[in-house]
Amino acid sequence: MTNTAPTRSLIIERDIPHPPEKIWRALTQGPLIEEWLMKNDFEPVVGHRFNFRSTPVPGWNGVIDSEVLVIEPHARLAYSWGTMGMVSVVTWTLTPTKDGTRVRMEQTGFPAEESASYKGATYGWTKFIGNMERVVGGLN
Amino acid sequence: MQAAAENVFKALADPTRRAIFEHLSRDGEQTVHALTDRAGVSQPAVSKHLGVLKNAKLVRDRRAGRETHYRAHPKALAPLIDWMSVYGAFWRDRFDRLESLLKRMDQ
Repeated sequence: MTNTAPTRSLIIERDIPHPPEKIWRALTQGPLIEEWLMKNDFEPVVGHRFNFRSTPVPGWNGVIDSEVLVIEPHARLAYSWGTMGMVSVVTWTLTPTKDGTRVRMEQTGFPAEESASYKGATYGWTKFIGNMERVVGGLN
Repeated sequence: MQAAAENVFKALADPTRRAIFEHLSRDGEQTVHALTDRAGVSQPAVSKHLGVLKNAKLVRDRRAGRETHYRAHPKALAPLIDWMSVYGAFWRDRFDRLESLLKRMDQ
């Protein structure tokens, strides 16, 4: 990537007591993805363009534009995640452990606080902020 | 989410307050009278909304003679446009759902 703007990453890791093969199914089969993430037309094919779809709200159409970037069965999966004018990359890494699998989700490409895009036009942000609970999804 | 973000959420959940805040962000400092003319609600209602916005630190006020002037303080939005905390909460919730799905797949 040629993106030179400073960015930050979010990493979440969890040990899950299920084998990588089974977790891989939940991460890559459309109907199963829908059960825990969002409606989608995902296909486990590198280069496949697809959407995640959430309920639209005023100011946000509920659509995330994605493309499959990496498919390494039972080990690594990556797709782009474009929404609200920001494109990031979500990478899943599965590592077998004694009792199951270490699941690591890394989302990279958040604009750093000092970058211009973060400061952005305040007016634009306020359009969807009133409904942002939707984006955050089931916080409580 | 931290208290500051929650206050901002609540303050902007109301469409009239959101309109007032957007107006101040766009057009700069305004008196309560000028805001009332635009808001389509009574002056006490506008004052009350401004109080909520001020409490969430979204606006700041300044008295000049008999008029109070309000201006937007957009930095107060920072807790909400902190993508790290937004997506952190999002993915933790989805991890929980994923684990619950995996349990059901066992059956």
